[in-house]
Amino acid sequence: MTVLDARVPDGPIETLWDNHKFNMKLVNPPNKRKFEVIIVGTGLAGASAAATLGELGYKVKAFTYHDSARRAHSIAAQGGINAAKNYHSDGDSVYRLFYDTVKGGDYRSREANVYRLAQVSNNIIDQCVAQGVPFAREYGGLLDNRSFGGAQVSRTFYARGQTGQQLLLGAYQALSRQVKLGNVELHTNAEMLELVVADGKAVGIITRDLKSGEVSRHSGHAVVLGTGGYSNAFYLSTMAMSSNVTAAWRAHRKGAFFANPSYTQIHPTAIPSSDEFQSKLTLMSESLRNDGRIWVPNDPDETRAARDIPEDERDYYLERKYPTFGNLAPRDISSRAAKVVVDEGRGVGPLKNGVYLDFAEAIDRLGRDAIADKYGNLFDMYERITGENPYDMPMRIYPAPHYTMGGLWVDYHLQTTVPGLFAIGEANFSDHGANRLGASALMQGLADGYFVLPYTIGDYLAPQLGSQPVDTSAKEFEEAEAEVQARTEQFLNIGGTRSVDWFHRELGKILWDYCGMGRNQAGLEKALSEIPALKEEFYSDVRVLGTADGLNSSLEKAGRVADFFELAELMCKDALTREESCGGHFREEHQTDDGEALRDDENFAHITAWEWTGDSGAPNEHREQLTFDHVKLSQRSYK
Amino acid sequence: MNLTLRVWRQAGPDAPGRFETYEAADISADSSFLEMLDLVNEELIGKGDEPIEFMHDCREGICGTCGMMINGQAHGPQGMTATCQLHMRSFNDGDEIVLEPWRASGFPIIKDLVVDRSAFDRIIEEGGYVTVDTGSAPDANLIQVSKEKADLAMDAAACIGCGACVAACPNGAAQLFTAAKIAHLNVLPQGQPERYERTTNMVEVMEEHFGSCTNMGECEAACPKGISIDFIAQMNRDYLKAKFINRRSA
Repeated sequence: MTVLDARVPDGPIETLWDNHKFNMKLVNPPNKRKFEVIIVGTGLAGASAAATLGELGYKVKAFTYHDSARRAHSIAAQGGINAAKNYHSDGDSVYRLFYDTVKGGDYRSREANVYRLAQVSNNIIDQCVAQGVPFAREYGGLLDNRSFGGAQVSRTFYARGQTGQQLLLGAYQALSRQVKLGNVELHTNAEMLELVVADGKAVGIITRDLKSGEVSRHSGHAVVLGTGGYSNAFYLSTMAMSSNVTAAWRAHRKGAFFANPSYTQIHPTAIPSSDEFQSKLTLMSESLRNDGRIWVPNDPDETRAARDIPEDERDYYLERKYPTFGNLAPRDISSRAAKVVVDEGRGVGPLKNGVYLDFAEAIDRLGRDAIADKYGNLFDMYERITGENPYDMPMRIYPAPHYTMGGLWVDYHLQTTVPGLFAIGEANFSDHGANRLGASALMQGLADGYFVLPYTIGDYLAPQLGSQPVDTSAKEFEEAEAEVQARTEQFLNIGGTRSVDWFHRELGKILWDYCGMGRNQAGLEKALSEIPALKEEFYSDVRVLGTADGLNSSLEKAGRVADFFELAELMCKDALTREESCGGHFREEHQTDDGEALRDDENFAHITAWEWTGDSGAPNEHREQLTFDHVKLSQRSYK
Repeated sequence: MNLTLRVWRQAGPDAPGRFETYEAADISADSSFLEMLDLVNEELIGKGDEPIEFMHDCREGICGTCGMMINGQAHGPQGMTATCQLHMRSFNDGDEIVLEPWRASGFPIIKDLVVDRSAFDRIIEEGGYVTVDTGSAPDANLIQVSKEKADLAMDAAACIGCGACVAACPNGAAQLFTAAKIAHLNVLPQGQPERYERTTNMVEVMEEHFGSCTNMGECEAACPKGISIDFIAQMNRDYLKAKFINRRSA
């Protein structure tokens, strides 16, 4: 085990980033075009980084497996983006946003990174407004804010229920401008299948064109991964169908440590699944909790319709357990509370797998029109999916995998343990600790892409001035391409009996049961024996039809699911190793008398970063010790 | 419910295509349309036949990836609904459903129900942005935007770029897509400096790839986000104005 150095500079936290920007090496403007940077992923982080590096004058090659850069899953974020503008004079500040984020993450994030995030949050809003992002406005023409996800100040900027869409379109449009100017070479339908490392440095990638099947080599002075999270390991999640871990996992196998893989966020308000063949879960914005009341019947054998159950036979369990925060308790806490009541047999709906989110009281108080004004589009979406009208009967909701705080380990420069390989946005582990607060994912993605990476990457590139990217005919490229070809052929040649989706569903069930909202030693050990067995079956019985020379979605999925198997083992291993509960990681053995997460700061105030050893069952553990000089560690209380 | 599907199958961009008939048995009315297709594909794989390729990703109506002609209608029978949000309760037991890829020469077929919509990106690259380098923006509240204009810009910006407007248009025109992006930026103060250049450039590239608009209104009816054709009228006005303005400054 080694202790990782995050390269956090010395000095007072308030001026750390500004001083560091001055101290880092610069690449002067005419020299920037001598550097080629590969960016994989065009979501908020990837698109904003590609656009900004293009503007600065670097030669950028951007890659996305989507048919257009605009379709990355950032687009589906609904609620909003946080910033410490304090436009409403309600006591917000950079320090408060920093403090709330570290606390919300259950004290498992790096203070220096989070402080920087809070600082640049304000620049993001300025940038996005200048781009024409149509944020909600007040009648006077100034920006509107709302309080979101349990924050006690109004710091969330939003564009109806489509904030992620509008921010992504802003970044995509900035990227499109650079494409037109020739500063960014954009490859769509191109999936990264391997990282190329030479002399210990990241020097390129291997991609497959999903339309033609062509495999190609790309070299650069640095490689940046903005490839998102891995919630789809659970099969059923709020992710898009093609969201996957492959780019990050290939990098992990080439030496990038994977940090805190067990930190997964289960969002409290998704629509529960209706049958076994459901393909994904749809999120209902957390903003609904501002007016909806969450409850289940007292009696597990309750058969009456929701409206016929009298008040005194209902359990408004969040209001009961957390009188201060009530229905607005943070995500991890709300999700777990829902699991508790469903496990008690008090779930609602045909499969008894949900809880009620009830607007009757709000409709009485504010009127039906006011509720329609606020949530009309969400109510319509709910009705379209379930066929039930939430004005007349309560919604049914249940938690769903939604975001992953874990990811590639990065230092203060956002560089992984492989020099020249950077990870940004959800793909890295950095800022959210063990639980992410609402409206902070968009903030982090854009902070990394617009305002952090463009500085830190210069510090890595500057000393390389004059060097050419490694030639793509080099043996490292040849070997990496051969690995990709061999894997492709392997999948096509198995000729088994079951579809890739079948294996993915089975894997998802194991992870959800044993490494989901509640985890314990016996369950995790069981998962660690079942996953390798299922993986073995996958490699002998999966059926991938067709060929590699053209569009073949089964082949694409096979590669992604193969990597999910290895990741799933690491998630369970990490969850088993972390003998404490924190944020989204709840070890049932470690809880307070009233069932709350019980941290062990003495033994676990560290980041666990795993090194690939060639055997997915036996990774090497490394640590980065966390120190808290500004935030006072306490038991989170939302009562 | 049990359904009969007639599906366009085409092995590649240059291969000849044909309709194939498949049975979809025991489909739940609560399942989504694409989940129904997932089940049909599972059966096809079971039988050793290649699954039907179709476009999809977020399955919550926002990424704009999905889309196909369902019984001749772009995104199918339910208004304001992308294919991925369509549910089987919109159909009846015994129905025959015909599935085709987007119909438009601007969207060439890649395979089965998958088409190439990259021409949309070419239109955006011509001016669908505000020129503002990262870090050069003033404080956000220095740019005031009336609520009315912000709401109108948002109405236009809600476009998901799925291409239903083009597929539904008898001429294969992309006016609604292009007009929505132009309107989003042209109604905002941030979009004014480049307003006329943007409009001219985007319209001209649009015309290289797509057909002409003859005011049929099919685009608006097919749009899953309800984008109004009023934006097309605005685009035409700005395009005409641009002709005069550009001539004056030349």
